[in-house]
Parts: sequence; C-alpha cells; structure tokens
Amino acid sequence: MSEIAITSAYERRAKYRPVTEDSPLARYALIATAVLFLAVFLLAPLAIVFVEAFSKGIEPFLAAFDDPDALAAIRLTLLVAALAVPANLVFGLAASWSVAKFSFPGKSVLVTLIDLPFSVSPVVVGLVYVLVFGGQGLFGPWLAAHGVQIIFAVPGIVLATIFVTFPFVARELIPLMQEQGKVEEEAALTLGASGFKTFLTVTLPNIKWGLLYGVLLCNARAMGEFGAVSVISGHIRGLTNTIPLQVEILYNEYNNVAAFALAVLLAGLALVTLGLKTFLEWRHADALSGSVRRH
Amino acid sequence: MTSPILVGKNARRLTAPSVIPGFGLTFGYTLIYLGLIVLFPLATLIWWSSGLGLSGLYAIASEPRVAAALRVTFFISFAAAVVDLFFGLIVAWVLTRYDFAGRRLLDAFVDLPFALPTAVAGISLAALYSPSGWFGAPLAGYDIKIAFTRLGILVALIFIGLPFVVRTVQPIISELEVELEEASATLGAGRLQTVLRVMLPPLAPALLTGLALAFARSIGEYGSVIFIAGNIAYVSEIAPLLIVVKLEQYDVAGATGIATIMLAISFAALLLINLVHAWSRRKFGRV
Amino acid sequence: MRFPEAFADTKTIKRGASIRIEGVEQDFGAFPALRDVSLDIQSGELVALLGPSGSGKTTLLRVIAGLNSPDRGRVLFDGENATGLPVQDRHVGMVFQNYALFKHMTVADNIAYGLKVRPRRTRPSRSAIRTRVAELLQFVQLDGLGARYPAQLSGGQRQRVALARALAIEPRVLLLDEPFGALDARVRKDLRRWLRDIHKQTGLTTVFVTHDQDEAMELADRVVVLNEGRIEQIGTPEELYDRPASPFVISFVGEAVALPVAIADGQVRFGGRELHIDTHGLRSGPARVFFRPADIAVAAEGNGDLEGRVESLRRTPAGVRATIAIDGYDQTLEIDSPLERSASLGGRVPLSLAKARIFPADENGGYVNAGDGI
Repeated sequence: MSEIAITSAYERRAKYRPVTEDSPLARYALIATAVLFLAVFLLAPLAIVFVEAFSKGIEPFLAAFDDPDALAAIRLTLLVAALAVPANLVFGLAASWSVAKFSFPGKSVLVTLIDLPFSVSPVVVGLVYVLVFGGQGLFGPWLAAHGVQIIFAVPGIVLATIFVTFPFVARELIPLMQEQGKVEEEAALTLGASGFKTFLTVTLPNIKWGLLYGVLLCNARAMGEFGAVSVISGHIRGLTNTIPLQVEILYNEYNNVAAFALAVLLAGLALVTLGLKTFLEWRHADALSGSVRRH
Repeated sequence: MTSPILVGKNARRLTAPSVIPGFGLTFGYTLIYLGLIVLFPLATLIWWSSGLGLSGLYAIASEPRVAAALRVTFFISFAAAVVDLFFGLIVAWVLTRYDFAGRRLLDAFVDLPFALPTAVAGISLAALYSPSGWFGAPLAGYDIKIAFTRLGILVALIFIGLPFVVRTVQPIISELEVELEEASATLGAGRLQTVLRVMLPPLAPALLTGLALAFARSIGEYGSVIFIAGNIAYVSEIAPLLIVVKLEQYDVAGATGIATIMLAISFAALLLINLVHAWSRRKFGRV
Repeated sequence: MRFPEAFADTKTIKRGASIRIEGVEQDFGAFPALRDVSLDIQSGELVALLGPSGSGKTTLLRVIAGLNSPDRGRVLFDGENATGLPVQDRHVGMVFQNYALFKHMTVADNIAYGLKVRPRRTRPSRSAIRTRVAELLQFVQLDGLGARYPAQLSGGQRQRVALARALAIEPRVLLLDEPFGALDARVRKDLRRWLRDIHKQTGLTTVFVTHDQDEAMELADRVVVLNEGRIEQIGTPEELYDRPASPFVISFVGEAVALPVAIADGQVRFGGRELHIDTHGLRSGPARVFFRPADIAVAAEGNGDLEGRVESLRRTPAGVRATIAIDGYDQTLEIDSPLERSASLGGRVPLSLAKARIFPADENGGYVNAGDGI
C-alpha cells in the first residue's frame, strides 16, 4: 500500500514542469503563431508558383519551354552564372587567404568593404554600371568609338551579377579560415611542401564544404538576380533576357502559365539550394564557419 | 613569396613575419578585384552626385513624385521591419526552444526569401493577393485590398526581411544560459517575468541588428515589390522603381540623386548596426 | 622498440645537426619577442627551452624551424648559415603544440605527407613510402592504426603520429612545441620516458619548448631558461638548481623563498639579525637573499640565522612539517624536520640556512646577478 503511495508521489513530481520550460498553453500558442506566419508568408508564395504553373495541366507547362526566347533566357542565365560564380570563387579564395593567414593594418576595413555589395540596392548596382559604361557614362564615348557594347549586352549583365554576388564565397571562407588558423599549413611547409602544394593538399580539403556552401548561395543569387540585371539588360528578347527577366515579360503579357513555368525552374533551383544548404549545415556543420549566417 | 608584385614589397613590412607564401599575390588580387568591380563603380556614383551638389540632391528629393516615393519606401520598409521583428522573434524562439514535428523543415524554409529569386517572389505574391487569389479573394469579401496598394508593398517587404531577423536572433537565443533562467526562478520570478526581464533583454542588440538589416534590405528591394505594388505614382511607387523610370526617361541626374539618397539610408542603417555592436560589446562584453 | 633500419643507416640520415644561434632578435610590433639571443646546441643534444608564457621560447623554436624569420641575427645548422633558408629546405622535424595533424587525412597519409610532396626526382616510390610509413607506425607503436583519422585517436596517439610524421622526412633536428602540454598527467609521464628513448635511438638534435620545469629537468641534457625574450641562464639541470644565475631562475626553477636584506660593512642583515652569508664583495645597500625550503632547518638553540614562531604542525611520513612565521617578515614558510627535533605549536624556533644566494638590488629596484652565497 505504501509502495503505491510512493510511486504516485514520484509520478506527480515527474509531471512538474522544469522552470526553464514555458507553459504548454504558451508553447502551443507560439508554435501555432510561428507556423501560421511561415505558412502564409513563406510556404504559400512557394506553393502558388507550382499551382499556377500547372493550373492548365502539364501540356501548357511544357509548351512554355518550347519557346526560343525561353530557351535563350535559360542559356544566357547559365552562361552568366558560369562566368560570375568562378570569378567570385577565385576572388573568395584570394581574399580569404590574404585576410585569414596574414595580419596587416586595415584588415577590418577590407572585410567591411568586401561585404559592401550586400548593402547596395540591385537597382543602384545597375545604375552604377550605366554611369560607368553607358552612353552618358564615364567610358561611354570611348566604348562607342571602339564599338564595344557593355550596357544592354552580356558583359554588363555579367558585371552586374558579379557585383551583386561579390561577397558570397569570401564571407563564408574568411571566418572559416580564420577559425582554422595557419598551423596545418606551417606543418606542411616544415615537411617540405611548396606553398601551392600546401594550398592544394592541406587548405583546400579543409575548406571544401564551406567553399561549396558559398558557391551554392552565390550561384542561386547569380541565376535569380533581377533588379541589377533588369536595369542593365535593355530587355532585348532572345539576346539579353535572363530567366527572371523573361518571367517578368511573360507575366506582364498576362501569359501566366508560361511565366510561372519558368518561375518553377527558379523555384526548383531555390529548393535544391535550400536542400543542399540544410544538408551541409546538418552533416558538415563543423566544416562551415560558425559565424551567423545571413545572406 | 613572389616579390615582383608591387604590394609584395610593401607587404613584407605591412605584415607580421610569416613563412606562409602568397600574401602579395592574393592581397594584390583582392584589392584590384574589389577596386575594379565594387569601389570604382561606386566612386563613379559618388562623383556624379557630387556634381549635383547638396542643393541639387535636395532639389531632386523635394520633387513631389520623388519625395512621395522616398516616403513610401522609407516608412513601409520600417513598418515591414517592425512586423518582422515581432514575428521573427516568435519564429526564432519557437525554432530554437521547442521541438515539434516538422521543426527542421520549417527552419530550412526560413531562408527561402534568400534563395527564391525576387522576381519569382514578386509574381507569386501578386498572384496570392490579387482579388482572385488564395488570400486576395477572401479578403476582398471584407473590402480589404492588398495587391496593387501600399499594403502589397508591406507584404512583399515582410517576406524579404524575415530571415534577417530570425537568423540574427536565433544563435543568441540558443546561447542563453539555462542557469540564468533557473536563477530567476529560484528568486521567485514567474515564467513570464523570467522571459521578459531575464531572457529578452540580452536579445535586444541582436533584435536591433536584425531590424536594421531587414530595413536596409527593404529600402533597396525591387523585384519582389514591383509586381504587387501597382506602382501608382505618388501612392505605391517605390524609390528603386523611380530610378528605373528616370533612367528610361534618360534623366540620369535624377536617377543618381535618388540612388545616392538610398545608399545614404542603407549606410546609415549599417552604421547603426555597428554602433549597436560596439555599444553592446561595451555593455555586455560581447554581441 | 627499435628505430627503423632505414634511419639507422648513416648514409640516409644526417645525424643530428648542431645548431648555433647568434644574436637573434625578433619584434612583434612594439613588443620584443626575442632580445639578443645566442645559443649553441651540440649535435645530438637534448635541449629544453623553459620559460613562462610570453617569454619567447616558442618564438625561438619557430626561428630555428624557419617559421619565423628573425629581424636580426643568424641561425646556423652544422656551421652553415641557414637564416635565409626556406622552411621547406631546412629539414626540421617539427611537432606542433596541438600536433597540427591534417584532419582530412588518415594517420598513414599524415605520416607519408612529407615524402609525397617531394619533387619527383627525390620522391621515394609508392612502395618505399608505404614501407617507411609501416616502419614508422611500428616505431611509434601504432601498428594497424594507419587507416584511422586523427579525430579517432587519443591525445597520446595523436602526439605519436605527429612525431612519426616529423621523423618521416629524416630531419636534421627535431623540434617540439610543448609536446606534452595537451595530455593528462599519466600519459605525460609515459611519453616523457618514451621521448628520451627515441632521442637516444635516433641521436637527433632535439629541442623542445616547455613551461613545466619538472619536464625540462627530467628530460633535457641542458635547459635554456628564457624570460621576457632574453636567455636568463643555460645549464644542466644540476647547474640550474644548484647555481641559479638570477633571481628569476631561482624563483622559476624549483621553489624559493626570498628575504629582503641589507648589506652593510660586509655583513648581511635581516631585521636586527645578522645572517651568516658571504656577501661576495657586494656593495653595501639593499639586497635579497634566496633559499630553497629544503635548505633551511631548525637549528640548535642559539645557533640560528633566523627565528620564527611555529604556526601549525602536520605529521608527514618522515617527520613533521611545520609552518613557521619568520620574525620581521610577512610570509610563512614550511620546513620539514625529523620527529626528534620537532618544536611545539606556538613555540619559537631558531632556524639556520644551509645554502642561499644573494642578489643586490640595482638602482631600479631590480636585482642583478651575483655570486654564490655561503
């Protein structure tokens, strides 16, 4: 009999809520608020892309990709990313190597300047390149005289994309390489490895996941950039339209299905990026920089 | 070390002695690339706007249409950042402190606005809130119009800014020390008091940072807004759109003026962030 | 435990180079890390660099390794100037403080690294590298662990991998930075003995950095004591213990008690008493007497240099440990004495100094070196 009494007393005690936990009511209310908010503001916009794209069935969806302008936009987007991402990859490696492995005055200023493009509006980026290369711009007359087209042409689109995606790789690698220090590189040097070999065999394997992470985000932004490219492209169909610009044109022509069909490509890219990003953060968290991520 | 490069020579004296090679090459490349891609073009903007002078800038800013666009951009960006602050805190709290089915998935989706191209976000928000859309149709029954009004801009900017608040606050919430909560409880505080008096104050710098980041991003946002805003001059026209409009009218000076003012606002927000960091480091030892 | 045959062959390994350091100085910004350091290390010697943190001992080791290039001075290996020699060409076996193992490589790949990165014409064949790695694994008693990753090893095992990796390049000198710093006390003891054995077998000139005086005294042939970037003393453990050259050395190496004294008329006075210490011709003025706790004992009545009051008594296996407050001094000291000479609690006891060293105060209130006491 007394045994039973003791057990139930323990059971009752076990049900006491730890002081660090919120009451169930508060918890459910907060979870419900968060889930509802995210559903309305994040999930619904994503879902509607697919719903609209397939609203008339699969045939019209596929037909959207039969359009030469759409195919040209896809090709151009791939080309732009293929130029902009490697450029910023090389820059990211150079910047993180010089910032993380050496000490020099003005380092924090340099790091701030590398982050600068994130705080410039994409439209302003476009404008800035118009001011440099446009007809009324700094080099405009010279470029015109030599028949070089940058604004309203592919070079301008690539430059604007590079500007907009400039910090992605560097800002992932700099804190990562700073955390790792330089002792492994020094060890490799004492063992007789050359500088370049040290980089290839010691540094690169240590940063590969962080590098992939940065490249992933850089690529997503490069393929999806709208504002900067919009200002600089001139919207020439089949020539200077990337996928996002083509989406805009189709949408403005009330060709909803085709617009959303192309948008599905970009949304798919976003989902793959998010998936890989989450996988990297989950599986290789210790190989990424511990800094707060906000991109 | 490759010494022929100009910086390489100075670098010897600039850096602490190190056997690790490649400083001259990588540092030089970093400076040149940064200079050519970012600094020189931005300097061109400053140069153009300095040609306008302060009075010229003021004249552009006080053009009724420009003033209206700047006001709309500024105030709606701020309102959206405040909404994000409130719900972002709840989302961050829920994702960090509670465990429930689907938490990981939800957490991953918080970054959607970073990953989803803005034009896609723009057309899908417009579709959702148009009078025939999922949200637009039921709201129309209550005579609430979101698409093609200022509310539409607000919705788009809430979407864009949310991850900035969540991702800034999340790590700080997860670092909150359990001992502080327990100490507060042993001292007789109720749960709500503990949350309000012990747990939220350390989050203030991160919240303020998140707010400023969301705000700065919203000021310059273009793609996700223009599809849902309706872009009615004096009513729902945002400053970045007006830059595009001015450019199409070959009014480069006007576009430059607006861009300069927007840049100034963004940098002011960033400066605020740095001040917040410095202040909280002084006060709390770290951010 | 035998060193692999390949290394015992004098044709393939230059047995321990001698190291000569001449007037080396290194500044880090305004902070001088090394100030006019000169040092000769014989071939095959085992030398410890001992000092507190910030004393410059690791900087000196890195200068020898070629990881830091000194602002002034020279480093010579076997009489040849190596100051400008790149680290890759120095053939130093460096064991880093936290080992700096390559996390993404297996143990075997870590050890083979220095061989694999050689230019093709001097690189051993794959099979030769494999054999060498197997020998080294056996040598450091890690047979069968070659396929593991560093994260899967204990601290002691990592330490041995780091050593094997350093030995793989057939180094002329072996340098170790706080080799036992990250290990727990028991493993440390084992590894100390093991390092001694390895040194004996390889005959490599070995320099290691430590802040632990026991470690330095137990392992090293000679100990270099560093403080604030300067060498305070170089000597065998016996010399450091018996003839410390400066107040810093006597305080840092072993325990020491310091008494402020005054020298007047060739006599050393503490409070009102005269201490029976030779002044070694030091000028009159303030000075300080240092002695080891073991060098003070309870004296026969009326024979003491000092007098004190017994504050507490504690029984030890051999006798009694007394805590004594010395008259005219604000610190207590502990004395072990045999049972029969024990004093009573609260009683007064005369104390005599068996051995002490005296250093005069210089103009700045610091202390300069002087000769032996007594």
